[in-house]
Amino acid sequence: MIRFLLKGLLRDRSRSLFPVLMVSAGVFLCVFLYSYLNGAIGDMVDASARFDTGHVKVITRAYNELASQMPNDLALAGAANELEKLRTGHPRMIWAERIRFGGLLDIPDEMGETRAQGPFFGMAIDLVNNNSPDLALLGVAKAIVRGRMPAMSHEILISHAFAEKLGVVPGDKATLLSSTMNGAMAMHNFTIAGTVRGTVRFGMVMIDKSTIIADINDIRTALDMADFVGEILGFTEDTLYDDDRMIALAEAYNTAHSREEDEFSPLMTTLGEGGVMGDILRLSTFAVTIVVGIFVFAMSIVLWNAGLMNGIRRYGEIGVRLAMGESKGAIYRAMIMESICIGLAGSIIGTIAGLAASYYLQIVGFDISDMLQKSSIMISSVIRAKVSITSYYIGFFPGVFASVLGTVFAGIGIYRRQTSQLFKELEV
Amino acid sequence: MKKLIILAFLLFAAPLYGEELTGREILDRIDKNYEAKSRVSTATMMIKGRRGTRTITSKSWAEGYEKTFTNYLSPPREKDTKMLKLGDELWIWSPSADRIIKIAGHMLRQSMMGSDVSYEDFMEDPHLGDLYDVILSGQEPVEDRDCYVLELTAKQGKKVAYHSRKIWVDKERYLALREELFAKSGKLLKRLNIHEVFKKEERWYPKKFTFKDVLKKGDGTQIIIDSIEFNVDIPKHVFSKASLRK
Repeated sequence: MIRFLLKGLLRDRSRSLFPVLMVSAGVFLCVFLYSYLNGAIGDMVDASARFDTGHVKVITRAYNELASQMPNDLALAGAANELEKLRTGHPRMIWAERIRFGGLLDIPDEMGETRAQGPFFGMAIDLVNNNSPDLALLGVAKAIVRGRMPAMSHEILISHAFAEKLGVVPGDKATLLSSTMNGAMAMHNFTIAGTVRGTVRFGMVMIDKSTIIADINDIRTALDMADFVGEILGFTEDTLYDDDRMIALAEAYNTAHSREEDEFSPLMTTLGEGGVMGDILRLSTFAVTIVVGIFVFAMSIVLWNAGLMNGIRRYGEIGVRLAMGESKGAIYRAMIMESICIGLAGSIIGTIAGLAASYYLQIVGFDISDMLQKSSIMISSVIRAKVSITSYYIGFFPGVFASVLGTVFAGIGIYRRQTSQLFKELEV
Repeated sequence: MKKLIILAFLLFAAPLYGEELTGREILDRIDKNYEAKSRVSTATMMIKGRRGTRTITSKSWAEGYEKTFTNYLSPPREKDTKMLKLGDELWIWSPSADRIIKIAGHMLRQSMMGSDVSYEDFMEDPHLGDLYDVILSGQEPVEDRDCYVLELTAKQGKKVAYHSRKIWVDKERYLALREELFAKSGKLLKRLNIHEVFKKEERWYPKKFTFKDVLKKGDGTQIIIDSIEFNVDIPKHVFSKASLRK
């Protein structure tokens, strides 16, 4: 039966080619848009998690209120103990200490006086320890364009753009000018790591502009933060964000350790909790639903219309089949079977084309750095698609479904044909 | 009789009208009260934050308003940090880095030693008459002292840290007992309150005052002038970058 239908479809191109092309185009768009959104939003969420929010973050309640101001005066006390507790209590999670700080980087001339200076955004991580989870999470080694990784304390990495702005090369001295956690002036000398150009490029405009990355112990000394930490970030072992798991973890932690009356007690927040990231996560789920919903709806209407047109074109053929005694149900089922074949063929072609285009965009990407010169959000300057397991089936089932749905509506007309009128109609 | 009444009125009224000062004259008297060839002072600054109070002591040498040299005496972390202001330029030297660093640009808006006072506040020309247009808007008592209320708006083209100010000036001592500093939008940024004054060589000077950045949490920064000497001879080398390292 299916062989018979396929033969009919292949021999009559007007019954196969156009609907297959329609379904292929729709499935292609669905797969490509999904993969693009997955990549663009996923990149943003992933970048924010790695550089800013973590999957969960442990901070003080007071710090949480003013987190955007990097209030190190409200940092978490007993950092070593807290980190040990988290590592022991949740051994499957990856835990990393961070201190975010701002200030001025001053470059001396040969007389030791200011030659150049500029404001910076600073991130202190476990930089000189080879077992540091942050090295992999942030991809620091891969991000170095010129120069080398800091190998000892008092060595820093600075962003490419910043290095060019200040006119420094690896090996140059730089003085960090900032505030200690008590608000006093902090001045600390560093060496810019590297031998050619100590540059870091993370592919994120906000970070690439004027960032310094220093070892957390150096910054503890510079900012008078012995046994204090700004933030402890937690990541799942596979670095894939799991909202339900992280919410459960944060609730359990806060019940056990956080006290509302003590503004310096620790508080665990999740990536999806409120704020911009929470909105982006909700937006991403909503966007995928909308893309697939619109695709199924629009394709159903188009294929319904195509089915109706087909029905008109095959008016005579269906009339003859009815006149020859084929039941209406059998013809209807045969048309639905045909649509399943068309849907399957279109979906396979569309999925392959969509995956190919998405893979291409995943590897090459769109460079949007020119549009992000004044960006203040943490977004990758190269937007890439991301092909996931969902990309393989997200367009496939809607493709088959839309094709069948269109035929189901269009084929209803068969039941309206009256056998008594058939020969009259066929004469016409 | 009528002539006699007019004469009597003129005789009594004339001195009263003579005492009526304009806003500009009041500002001039404030400037005159502070004016000295040089000053050497020691001060204690108490910064009240959310985690406690920090106390910093310092000694300053000033010549006019153009040159100031400050040496921080305590606590140990700040000890021997030095600051030199020459005109509108500011340099800092810290023993921990052994570097002379020029503070410029947006860093001037940063808090000085974690206090509610910014470097910009420290740098500003105290001759308010040069920078602001003034209106005498009324009279109001501040802590039982009769005060003039002046409203100051920045003159066109003048570079100022605060677009407008409202000051309460003691009518007798010509000291601004209270001051409110506003942004161009009209938002209140900082508040200054003088709690105690003292008299030194015919001039009144603030002894204890609080500077509060209203955008910051905390109770503000209290400054106490422990000692002050006017018109002292200060060696010229004090106001040089070389003295920062000494």
